[in-house]
Amino acid sequence: MERSGNETDRRLDGNAAGGLLAEAFCVEMTTAVVVCAGCGAEAVVAELLRYGHEMGAILRCAGCDTAVVRIARTGDRLWLDLRGAVNLRVSAAP
Amino acid sequence: MGGFVSRGFRSRRRPDAETAERLPPGQYLTRDFPVLSAGPTPRTSLSTWDFSVVGALPEPRRWTWDEFQALPTETVTKDIHCVTKWSKFDTVWEGVSLDTLLAGVETDATHLVAFCDGGYTTNLPLAEVTGGRAWVAFTFDGAPLAPEHGGPARLLVPHLYFWKSAKWVRGLELVERDRPGFWETLGYHNHADPWREQRYQGD
Repeated sequence: MERSGNETDRRLDGNAAGGLLAEAFCVEMTTAVVVCAGCGAEAVVAELLRYGHEMGAILRCAGCDTAVVRIARTGDRLWLDLRGAVNLRVSAAP
Repeated sequence: MGGFVSRGFRSRRRPDAETAERLPPGQYLTRDFPVLSAGPTPRTSLSTWDFSVVGALPEPRRWTWDEFQALPTETVTKDIHCVTKWSKFDTVWEGVSLDTLLAGVETDATHLVAFCDGGYTTNLPLAEVTGGRAWVAFTFDGAPLAPEHGGPARLLVPHLYFWKSAKWVRGLELVERDRPGFWETLGYHNHADPWREQRYQGD
């Protein structure tokens, strides 16, 4: 995709979002609110249904069973997949 | 009594030579059949169950439960290996070989994606599931496959870690480009050979 000079000037790399990302990810996640990509229902993460075992945790929508949050630890890495969530909302630091 | 205790201790700590030879690296032997599910157990009526082969082939193939049962079946005895490190020896399955389901298919596909009730998927190279190496199994130990173990039918690909043996399988999509499945997109190895200990991406 071609971008105008002005657009390129305005664009920054991911480091520029570092502060916001750190704020978003270093919070108590069980009280976060998610919107299910399957049915649109809104739920607190703690209300999702956890299926899981040693391979990882699958948090599913209580209404439609969509896998909203998937998280797995593989050796020294943590994998997070949020394809099943339209968005995820946490309280911002005051 | 002392001998019994001693044998039990030895079997956990140091498998005998035959067991050791059949256990891939990092695995331990279990006599149980642990249940690992990433979601609720689907309950599909046999009257509505079907199995299909879709995607990159001229005409999709589809079998009802009765038609599927009428296909040539094979009974196979296989060792199975879960990525969570248990292995189980001499499991007995009856099912239809993927050689039968894919016989005569003209396709440019290189891989398949197995799809299942409940939305689970897993990907496999076509070359890994032909030549008597993969089945759609509907009995275990001579009895209909229990829902918690994937019944009415599951994929059986015993030479790869068991997440590739998709439970509640309903069909195979033939694809011309590999498409990683449920666990393969969450850090697990795309190929999953237990003898090469391919548990995670990068192994």
